[in-house]
Amino acid sequence: MKSALLICRKELNSYFASPIAYAVMALFALIFGFGFYTASRDFVRFSLQSQMMGQQQPMNVNEQIVRPLLGFASTIALFLIPMITMRLVAEEKRTGTIELLLTSPVKDSGIILGKWLGAVLLYLCVLGMSMINIALLFAWGKPDLKPVLIAYLGLILQGGCLLAIGTFISTTTKNQIVAGGVTFFVCLLLWLLSWFTAFDSTATAQVVNYLSIVTHFENFGKGVLDLKDVVFYLSMIFFALFLTLRSMESLRWRA
Amino acid sequence: MIKVEGLTKRYARTVAVDNISFEVEKGQIVGFLGPNGAGKTTTMRVLTCFLPPTSGTANVAGFDVQDHPLEVKRRIGYLPETPPLYPEMEVREYLRFAGRLKGISAADISRRVDEVVDRCAVGDVRDRLIGKLSKGYRQRVGLAQAIIHNPDVLILDEPTSGLDPKQIIEIRELLKALAGEHTIILSTHILSEVEHSCERVIIINAGKLVAIDSVANLTNRLRGSEAVAVEVEAADGRPNPTEVQQRLEQVSGVSRVLMKDSKNGRLTFEIESLQGRHIRAEVARTVVNSGWNLSELRAVGISLEDIFLQLTAAERTGASAKDTEPEGAKK
Repeated sequence: MKSALLICRKELNSYFASPIAYAVMALFALIFGFGFYTASRDFVRFSLQSQMMGQQQPMNVNEQIVRPLLGFASTIALFLIPMITMRLVAEEKRTGTIELLLTSPVKDSGIILGKWLGAVLLYLCVLGMSMINIALLFAWGKPDLKPVLIAYLGLILQGGCLLAIGTFISTTTKNQIVAGGVTFFVCLLLWLLSWFTAFDSTATAQVVNYLSIVTHFENFGKGVLDLKDVVFYLSMIFFALFLTLRSMESLRWRA
Repeated sequence: MIKVEGLTKRYARTVAVDNISFEVEKGQIVGFLGPNGAGKTTTMRVLTCFLPPTSGTANVAGFDVQDHPLEVKRRIGYLPETPPLYPEMEVREYLRFAGRLKGISAADISRRVDEVVDRCAVGDVRDRLIGKLSKGYRQRVGLAQAIIHNPDVLILDEPTSGLDPKQIIEIRELLKALAGEHTIILSTHILSEVEHSCERVIIINAGKLVAIDSVANLTNRLRGSEAVAVEVEAADGRPNPTEVQQRLEQVSGVSRVLMKDSKNGRLTFEIESLQGRHIRAEVARTVVNSGWNLSELRAVGISLEDIFLQLTAAERTGASAKDTEPEGAKK
């Protein structure tokens, strides 16, 4: 465990020593800020209109700004996560520093956990950028805090899950570009799976739909904390990290 | 300290290390010698628990590499062929990380880092980014990383490759200083390296153990016999090569006569003596008494280079019948 924290700190340091951390955070802030701007502008316009027309339509900051916005954030994350995970192990394999890790008295599980935690912490920093915008909502409006927190929890769990998958893919290659590309397509696929059920309600479709990363975020987005979804994410994280561990072990046999 | 028995490592299509056994005593410096691709790195990787052996056992400080890898890793410092450095880290930051990774406590780490910084003479660059360092400094930072936890065994894969002569000498000095307290295995394909810094040599070629002995013994083994280069000229300018060769072979104590060159009526031979025989005087007398001119006579020193070539050549001819088949199958 101590080694996991050590490696986690090292990973965070190297993220912030390279442009990756800043690039990912800036990109996210830019896109999320744009989404925030349009969403709040439309919200203000609608509420003015409904006041002028005299017909009081129910307006709700949570429903009309926070929910779509954080749903949007979960989609942006799909694109940013490959940038975070692609270097994790692939780079160490290419430069040979993996030999330092694998010949130090540390367990493989510690190495993997540390790398994943480092990625999760960077992802938290990225999400943190969105809190600037959300804080503005709290300054000038009265949204409910609880659903916002639940939506963030959902974002963190979904991110942790995709980061674990990305870490796994990064152990399978020496090439960062390949790792990033494959991770991106896997993220995309897990997202698209939810489309499968659009006009289909057979058992297969249900199963496929259940596997989609995005389906499970919907409840969190609504502010509903369902144990089912939490379990799904946690078990996905566990499964992906387990695959990573196996993949690391196989490195020794195939190297 | 290190005990390897019947170690074999097979990759998908090649046998990198084939049934090697050796032992290394505590405090020794052992040179691991072989041409590129002989299996040196693979053997070292097995010893450092980076790769598992296909069969056979390796034992470091009493712990088996497969059964107790963590215990083995705690006692080993390893410098791979390319030092495992993170270019985005500063030297001291990197050494702290490596040291903590190897189990040095937070309380001791600063002291240990300062010690190895001094020892490996990287004080000038301690706060610089590793990515900006020259090759020599990187190698030394790599070495500092390997000794930071004061391991019983140091395994160094080509520690002097790519360094300039001055840096090589510095690394050699450093290794000598380390030898007393640590058991060191270093691999190299440069023979003079072994002659300078090692007590014992393990020579491997094509995955097989060729020789294992002390440096002194190996050189003695062939220095007992003498090699002489002779240049002979005939008075009439036309010596008969076969006649000269035969005459030389008849000199007592000569084991082998090789004709090297014949140019403008000058014949050059290389003559090897039997163990412990001095033949120069006798050869000179024979040449002169036969009526030829002796234009050159000099002793040819036998270096580790020759020993190595002879040993590996013997291995090759001895095993050629076996080896041709799998090689043919590969293609």
